[in-house]
Amino acid sequence: MEKTQNNKAWFLVLPVLIVVAFSAVIPLMTVVNYSVNDTFGQNDFFWNGLGWFEEMISSDRMHAALGRQVLFSAIILAIEVPLGIFVALNMPKKGFWASFCLVLMALPLLIPFNVVGTIWQIFCRPDIGLLGRGLTNIGIDYNYTNDALDAWITIIVMDVWHWTSLVALLCYAGLQSIPQAYYQAAKIDQASRWSVFRYIELPKMSGVLLIAVLLRFMDSFMIYTEPFVLTGGGPGNSTTFLSIDLVKMAVGQFDLGPAAAFSIMYFLVILLVSWVFYTVMTTLDAQETK
Amino acid sequence: MAQITLKNLAHSYSATPTSDADYALKQMDHVWQDGGAYALLGSSGCGKTTLLNIISGLLRPSQGRVLFGDRDVTDSETAERNIAQVFQFPVVYDTMTVRENLAFPLRNRGMDPAYIKARVAAIAQTIGMEATLDRKARGLTADAKQKISLGRGMVREDVNAILFDEPLTVIDPHMKWELRTQLKQLHREFGHTMIYVTHDQTEALTFADKVVVMYDGRVVQMGTPEELFETPAHTFVGYFIGSPGMNLLNAAVVGNVAHLQGVDVALGAAYAPQTGRTQIGIRPEYCALSATEGLPITIRRVEDVGRHRIIRGEVAGQVVNVIAAEGAAIGADQTRVRFEPARINVYADDWRVQGGAV
Repeated sequence: MEKTQNNKAWFLVLPVLIVVAFSAVIPLMTVVNYSVNDTFGQNDFFWNGLGWFEEMISSDRMHAALGRQVLFSAIILAIEVPLGIFVALNMPKKGFWASFCLVLMALPLLIPFNVVGTIWQIFCRPDIGLLGRGLTNIGIDYNYTNDALDAWITIIVMDVWHWTSLVALLCYAGLQSIPQAYYQAAKIDQASRWSVFRYIELPKMSGVLLIAVLLRFMDSFMIYTEPFVLTGGGPGNSTTFLSIDLVKMAVGQFDLGPAAAFSIMYFLVILLVSWVFYTVMTTLDAQETK
Repeated sequence: MAQITLKNLAHSYSATPTSDADYALKQMDHVWQDGGAYALLGSSGCGKTTLLNIISGLLRPSQGRVLFGDRDVTDSETAERNIAQVFQFPVVYDTMTVRENLAFPLRNRGMDPAYIKARVAAIAQTIGMEATLDRKARGLTADAKQKISLGRGMVREDVNAILFDEPLTVIDPHMKWELRTQLKQLHREFGHTMIYVTHDQTEALTFADKVVVMYDGRVVQMGTPEELFETPAHTFVGYFIGSPGMNLLNAAVVGNVAHLQGVDVALGAAYAPQTGRTQIGIRPEYCALSATEGLPITIRRVEDVGRHRIIRGEVAGQVVNVIAAEGAAIGADQTRVRFEPARINVYADDWRVQGGAV
């Protein structure tokens, strides 16, 4: 049958295109514009080519921030994913306590990011905070404002507190969708608890785990508000992650060119890692099906 | 292998059952002979799966004992009972290959690798899956997965019984027939006790030597397909088995005559006076339309199903179906329905009454 060529339907996409253009593409293009121009003031811009990119790529300051960022995301994933699975496995499956746990687990997710930062900032203060004061009283030298390691531990604990729920809830949903017959069959096959986890629960959770890991990676890689409120990037630069550094450069020092070049690279790194991640996971999945 | 005995068994899902209605399984005694092929037939929610799970040990009965041979296994774990169970939806371990799936129950029991290898090869041949042994189980079709579930059960040589919980629900119709035939063949070859739960009478009647019909938490009849057809012990059996089911008509039975709407219907046997609700039951196969004799019938509809015709009618406000041969003429003058006296069963309060000599 001859297909009628009619491309008028494309016009229906136009409204979305316009909205996306104004909300994402045009702002992004101004960033691109800044990244290839330089100025000495008076709104007078001149072409700088890839200069800012070259400068940023070899900048020690950026390397250090990137290193801290990668370390942070790696630690977060290494703690939150297994912990989330563990919590999900041990949550009640039905009845009052199941609903109770779900609500309890969802609470940290509902708190605005800057409030989370403030809560922990106060909670950990060695002079008035419950945790900080408590630790100091039992003789542990703890002060997140002047000890880099303490600051890191505090931020990681805060993030684990804030986001493990997400992983746990996703895993819980995955677990709930496993038909009872699987557990019964495993019982009949005399499978150990570990085998049940390894061969039934983990494979059935792999879909939601992929989403959970992706979400947690992207979120932790872009983290800004909580550490900004809690430590402000300090002590020194020890908790200055990529986005904190970026804001310092763009808003604090008003170095728009380097900041623009840097944010484009930052964006590309996240895009690349997420893409690699997704591709690897889905090909693994496809291979297993074969 | 062993004979399975259920003694005074009953089960309730409520912790404090007060009335009969709280019991999913009413008290029963039942014996499953070693090596028998049984079908457990009943409508949804009648307690079939509950009974099956009690036998396999996934559920502990609220009262009564379960015996395998002479051994009381009521409190034994599923694994100790050496039972295999095939579920409604195929259960396979997705990330394992077919080979690993089949070997799994043996590996968990710490068997010798050489033995496992030999067993898996033998079972793969039995279920006809040698060619796919090294494929991941995930990508297989539903019927192949169901075969793996069956194979995982049979791989252990000492299984006491294989239980099937509506195993063909998700299988395509043409594969159903093939799998059923295969099951029957496996039964003949290996002689495992098989208990097959289903709500499909065709499946039950073709698979089993003995069909156990359950209704409302009770076993209402156990018998060969022929017994279920000719002499249903309960009106539910009459209604549930057969297509369409048995015609049931309220009637007053005196001796060897049933009175119905002022017409006398001759019965094949004599009956003592009954109390309670009395009904006569006759299969549509043993009814015939007539112009002159029998009960007046109002014909509502005639369905031609190919090999015969089903006449849907009413006698005194009660549904009566008649099966007529494909060639038989159905005329406007045929306003009566005749029953074969010897094929009429009499029911008092839904249970069949044994008749005496005329």
